[in-house]
Amino acid sequence: MTVFGLPILSVAIWLPIIFGLLVLATGDDKNAPLARILALIGSVLGFLVTIPLYTRFAVDTSEMQFVEMHDWIARFNIHYHLGVDGISVLFIILTAFFTPIVVIAGWQVIEKRVAQYMAAFLIMSGIMIGVFAALDAVLFYVFWEAMLIPMFLIIGVWGGPNRVYAAVKFFLYTLLGSLLMLVALIYLYNQTGGSFSILDFHQVEIPMTAQILIFGAFFFAFAVKVPMFPVHTWLPDAHVEAPTGGSVVLAAIMLKVGAYGFLRFSMPIAPDASHYLAGLMIALSLIAVIYIGLVALTQTDMKKLVAYSSISHMGFVTLGFFIFNAYGIEGALLQMISHGFVSGALFLCIGVLYDRVHSRNIADYGGVANTMPVFAAFFMLFAMANSGLPGTSGFVGEFMVILGAVKVNFWYAFAAALTLIFGAAYTLWMYKRVIFGAVANSHVAELTDLSSREKLMFAVLAIAVLVMGLYPLPFSEIMHVSVNDLLVHVARSKLPL
Amino acid sequence: MNMDLMTNLMPASAEIFLLCMVCVILIADLLINQQGRMLTYMLAQLTLLGCSVITVGTHEPGVVFAFNNLFVDDLMSDVLKLLTYLAVSMMLVYSRQYLMVRNLFSGEFIVLTLFATLGMMVMISANHFLSLYLGLEILSLSMYAMVALQRDSAVATEAAMKYFVLGALASGLLLYGMSMLYGATGSLELGVISNAIQYGVADKNLMVFGLVFIVSGLAFKLGVVPFHMWVPDVYHGAPTAMTMLIGSAPKLAAFAFATRILVEGLQPLVEHWSGMLIILSVASMAIGNLTAIAQTNIKRMFAYSTIAHMGFLLLGLLSGGVEGYGSAMFYAVIYVLMSLGGFGMIMLLSREGFEADTLNDFKGLNQRSPWLAFMMLLLMFSMAGVPPTVGFYAKFSVLNAVVQAGYLWLAVAAVLFSLIGAFYYLRIVKLMYFDAPESHAPIHCSQDSALLISINGVGVLALGLLPGALMSICAVSVQQSLLLF
Repeated sequence: MTVFGLPILSVAIWLPIIFGLLVLATGDDKNAPLARILALIGSVLGFLVTIPLYTRFAVDTSEMQFVEMHDWIARFNIHYHLGVDGISVLFIILTAFFTPIVVIAGWQVIEKRVAQYMAAFLIMSGIMIGVFAALDAVLFYVFWEAMLIPMFLIIGVWGGPNRVYAAVKFFLYTLLGSLLMLVALIYLYNQTGGSFSILDFHQVEIPMTAQILIFGAFFFAFAVKVPMFPVHTWLPDAHVEAPTGGSVVLAAIMLKVGAYGFLRFSMPIAPDASHYLAGLMIALSLIAVIYIGLVALTQTDMKKLVAYSSISHMGFVTLGFFIFNAYGIEGALLQMISHGFVSGALFLCIGVLYDRVHSRNIADYGGVANTMPVFAAFFMLFAMANSGLPGTSGFVGEFMVILGAVKVNFWYAFAAALTLIFGAAYTLWMYKRVIFGAVANSHVAELTDLSSREKLMFAVLAIAVLVMGLYPLPFSEIMHVSVNDLLVHVARSKLPL
Repeated sequence: MNMDLMTNLMPASAEIFLLCMVCVILIADLLINQQGRMLTYMLAQLTLLGCSVITVGTHEPGVVFAFNNLFVDDLMSDVLKLLTYLAVSMMLVYSRQYLMVRNLFSGEFIVLTLFATLGMMVMISANHFLSLYLGLEILSLSMYAMVALQRDSAVATEAAMKYFVLGALASGLLLYGMSMLYGATGSLELGVISNAIQYGVADKNLMVFGLVFIVSGLAFKLGVVPFHMWVPDVYHGAPTAMTMLIGSAPKLAAFAFATRILVEGLQPLVEHWSGMLIILSVASMAIGNLTAIAQTNIKRMFAYSTIAHMGFLLLGLLSGGVEGYGSAMFYAVIYVLMSLGGFGMIMLLSREGFEADTLNDFKGLNQRSPWLAFMMLLLMFSMAGVPPTVGFYAKFSVLNAVVQAGYLWLAVAAVLFSLIGAFYYLRIVKLMYFDAPESHAPIHCSQDSALLISINGVGVLALGLLPGALMSICAVSVQQSLLLF
């Protein structure tokens, strides 16, 4: 489907990439102002073109919408096949929404190789939209892997002191998962009799052993990205070393890609294995929620704390998926979007402090509220949202997942609900140590409050967090039909008779 | 001239033209001094261009045999020859300046390059053990001499010696195997051998005995484990231009050589040789990728990476069918493209009295030249098989063939070794982008090689975005040439 004669999904993918290449072409740091402005224009345009995806989305069907289909590699029956349903559309908008914010966040902070930095984010934004929009498995895989390259460079070039280790760890960890997925995709291609369409994969019958192996291969790919316990260890490293923009994109979008993979691949392609292994998945999710929550409590580095908090919150998401009911999955999806806003905002908050003091240690702060009152207010809102306070976006998803979990097993819900306590504990305790109290040292005393550029950035996110917390209907109504349809599909066995 | 002679000469006209031109260049080069050497160079390029025109012009549909079935002209041979001309021509462009500053840009170099090309062409078009062996030796002898061209360099001489001794051993193994097959079937012609085995005329034990030697000889020439010992030393010791020649176009010829022998000649013995190839291929991927990690010299690293790549190529061959052979051919073509770029970059960064052949020479390249660093990034990710570069599709099509042939475990092993491989390619990217440069010496590269590396790097990306056409060409040519359905 086209809007104003334009294939809207293709535009959403390629516009940022083309702008990224233009930014790259501005060359060295002499042209940095031009690179920044071009990047801002590109990212804002990139966001604007995704708005019709929301306004023209038909909420009463689970069919793929805005579909584009062209031959790509005829020899393997691979198509350039794009489309969105209620599950994927919001993530595309979320991705496009975060690109301008990342560009603004890096406006002054990034001083070396500005053009390459901005270009990397724009190109990555296009690629991530491609991941959410692809309906052909090879196209999906190409976008999925291509995502690694800009992120690898972002962490490695603009990251902190231990950036090389973190970048290589990030790359190899995720590549391992992806390569096993590739074998699974090729196996499915041969099972369907020569189709790489994801929708055909959903229909093909697969025996149980094969389903479990396929589920395992997908699990490696997606669990690493989510990340789930026990393959989460790359995330704290990557987050700590990445520049602020990199952390924001990692937390807000890239982790969602893994969770999205479970919904688009693992569950509908291998439903019997999904049910069979649900207990394991729930156990891993609950370990992430509780154990990683406790780990977060002990962190002394703010970025690490938020990174662990992300893992813990993503545990909620995978829990919501594998309890197989509408509350669970919708709650998980809402949680993913909310976590995108909240964790992105928290990393930006830490970035604001880091830019001024060049430290992420909680111990180096104290009494920031005295010198940065506006910042403290915004930080408060996002900290509350992270601990799931009603009225903020963080509450909606967690509440629905707990509600869904109660229907399956009270103790699942009980364990999951502990996160409300842990989340509040680690977030608010960090907030208290950083923001309140007497001015701790001369660095804090010299702090200047938010600039108008930063205020704009936080105001937009604050509105998003509050709107989603107070009135989540516009978000949930979009996914409703698709989620129900997915549940019906997953409930049907795909074992050959 | 009678018609019979013409029908024989037509399919081989490109080879004949090349041979005549080599003689002309050899004589012409005697009459010019070092300043006029560009003339020789231009003549060589024109010769390759002329060969392409002839190859395209004399193309006929179907399979044409000539010289009493010694020689075959089919779609696969034409496609591979065209790509060989391209690879050799690119190699000449890349190495011109490099050789000039080292006083190696001589007539001998160009003549030997063209002779090597002739050898590859004969290998590609051979349909008979005699012509296969003839082509192989023309290629090998030219290359032994080229490696030794830098007479005052001890490493180069040592490399040439090793190359020669081990190459001769491999030729001996091949010849021994061929003689066994001749003894068993009474013919050296591939088609006749194939029929003889199929109809049970030949002694099976003798055949399998010969096969072992043939496969060992092939493995030597391809440089796969455990016959790989010469590869790192030769790659390292030879001047980079020669390394580039060894590491690029001959892989196409080697692919043709292996397919002609194993598929056209020994297809009925597939159950025997596919098992051998599995061992060779897994061992190559394992040892190649693991050992490459430990290298500090980038030429040695590429040598081990070649071993791993050849292991991957064998996976395609052993899977069989249009999928298998087509994917192996595609893999060979893509490998050549990437390896040209990789060695080209080493030569671009080298300058008078300085070889940019250690990993540290790539440190901070992004700060010295962002464009070259970006090209190298594309080439490295392509070698690692990361989309959207074309290296991914090469791996993808081979894996697809492997899965279709039912070797799921082999596919899993292959991706795991690719993961190990990704590490050392990634290290180059890391050095270029994350580290500070060791030297700030300006990069002097000639316009033509800078343009070529750009085409090469962007080509890796562009082919990655639209790989369909090349994949189909490879599949169609093996299908028509090997008469597969």
